[in-house]
Amino acid sequence: MPFALTPERDRELTDILTRYPTKMAACIPLLHLCQEQNGFIDDDVVTFVSHRLDLPPAHVKGVVTFYTLFNQHKVGKHQVWVCRTLPCALRGANDMLHYCEKKLGIKAGETTADGKITLRTAECLASCGSAPMMQVDKDYHENLTPAAVDEILEKLRS
Amino acid sequence: MLKQTNYLTKVYGLPEGWKLAAYERECDGYQTAKKVLTTMSQADVVNEAKKANIRGRGGAGFPMGVKWSFMKPHPTKPAYLVINADEGEPGTHKDRTIMELNPHSVIEGCMIGCYAIGAHVAYVYVRDELHLSKARLWDAIKEAKAKGYLGKNPFGKDYALDVVVHTGAGAYICGEETSLLNSLEGKRGEPRLKPPFPAQSGAFACPTTVNNLETIAAVPSAFKLGCEEFSKLSSIHHLNDGGVRLFGVNGHVKKPGVWECAVGLTLRELIYDLGGGILGDKPLHSIIPGGSSTPVLKADDVVHAPDEKSPLHAWHGKSVLDVPLGVDTFRNMGTMLGTCCATVMAEGTDPVACFHNLMQFYRLESCGQCTPCREGSGWLFRIAEKLMEGTCSMEELNTLHEVANGIMGNTICAFGEGTAMPALGYLKKFRKEFEAYVKGQRGTGVLNQMETSWGGRA
Repeated sequence: MPFALTPERDRELTDILTRYPTKMAACIPLLHLCQEQNGFIDDDVVTFVSHRLDLPPAHVKGVVTFYTLFNQHKVGKHQVWVCRTLPCALRGANDMLHYCEKKLGIKAGETTADGKITLRTAECLASCGSAPMMQVDKDYHENLTPAAVDEILEKLRS
Repeated sequence: MLKQTNYLTKVYGLPEGWKLAAYERECDGYQTAKKVLTTMSQADVVNEAKKANIRGRGGAGFPMGVKWSFMKPHPTKPAYLVINADEGEPGTHKDRTIMELNPHSVIEGCMIGCYAIGAHVAYVYVRDELHLSKARLWDAIKEAKAKGYLGKNPFGKDYALDVVVHTGAGAYICGEETSLLNSLEGKRGEPRLKPPFPAQSGAFACPTTVNNLETIAAVPSAFKLGCEEFSKLSSIHHLNDGGVRLFGVNGHVKKPGVWECAVGLTLRELIYDLGGGILGDKPLHSIIPGGSSTPVLKADDVVHAPDEKSPLHAWHGKSVLDVPLGVDTFRNMGTMLGTCCATVMAEGTDPVACFHNLMQFYRLESCGQCTPCREGSGWLFRIAEKLMEGTCSMEELNTLHEVANGIMGNTICAFGEGTAMPALGYLKKFRKEFEAYVKGQRGTGVLNQMETSWGGRA
């Protein structure tokens, strides 16, 4: 079945379109809405967005492939991003990443077999003063300790 | 000169300090915008703004008032104010605190900025990862609209104002202003050739000013105090570097964080007085002064400025740790002030491992548009990998210089320099350590040797 937004999200799109002088400017916000609903962006979503905003599918696809946060494949229910960049690494981010990998039994970039968690590394999340840190879905978890990570991952798995 | 202030940070840490009530109570919220909009002409605002000597807080340090003065009214096209809150430079963690803890200062700053440049809409481009920042900004906009500060007739003046939050989708390059504009327009975030500059043709091909988020948030404080008075808070006001700003410190310090101080603070004060000193009281090894693109300084570096005309001459022969953190002072030391958030490395940190970590960042974040950067960043990272593995030859080590120099000046945007400068900085300052790796005496490869929550190894 072709992709379509829920009525509620469609109303949100109508609101988004009022913010800009062009339809194209709604491309990234609309892709976020679609991903929120669908989990990732496949060709059906690309077709939908291109129709809705009168854009060539190639334009939409170009945007999707440019940005890190648009998933082009199915991902886990929860996304765990571990910041690996220097300021975090200076405070143990590499050890923390390995700890997560061991605990989840997957490598960075992979999803747990139950489909619950995708573990990824992130490039600087602007949280250098509270390193090491990880982002879980929309939330930042900062100044992490092994005990805190245990708790976060347990909660996600349950 | 350590002089802590609280123009922006007064509401930090207060219960619901991010709400309009706190901003009005503690900071005379929106009274400055009211005064500006109802008593000053647009030209007066720009002239006054120049006196504040606010150097762009995003890294390049361009004077804000001068940038505003580039905006000329267009006969048919609207003007736009675009705020860069795509904070993502490794080591930089200041803008987020403003959005989360004092979002109304951003809105009020946008109102004054819009009025000054003849715009009616400000787009605040926030990186998508910062969900709390976005929510706090949207809430602040809603509160300001409910009060009539934003809308068709702010303070009874016939000058419609609106602020819109726009988000990216994860790309460091979108912090580059023209790339940000493309991203705002719904395109891939690839930088544009300049000219035309944004003031001629920016967002939606209309005249546009792009200001960093901290820059615009400083505007209400400057106008409230009087822009010249604001500038004079700085100890290097005479170098046209005025006011107060946020200073961050991270890495191997006891108390990483962000503080608001008068411009003119030194690295020594930032690291030891505000940052609480080095973890485990170890000696200091090196400092990246303002985000990963700013070349590294060694703890024992000394200022060399025998020329009396140099803005650095007053510090000739002194430690780099005692030079005021200023745009021109740091540029003349062969590095940059950048975003004014320092990353601190303690003795025992392997500089080659730092280099490797940073080169991976640039490799992953190059947008791929220009060949020297796309290929060069990959080349630099591959050699960094070989260094860490112990398979890099002396010839390849020398190639690092060639590749980095080949990127410099040969790309559309400054990402190229942002990659090459720190690479060349590390090579220049730590040549011995790099050569040791080539000669089979590899370093520890360790970044986290300190007593942190993730265990120390020293």
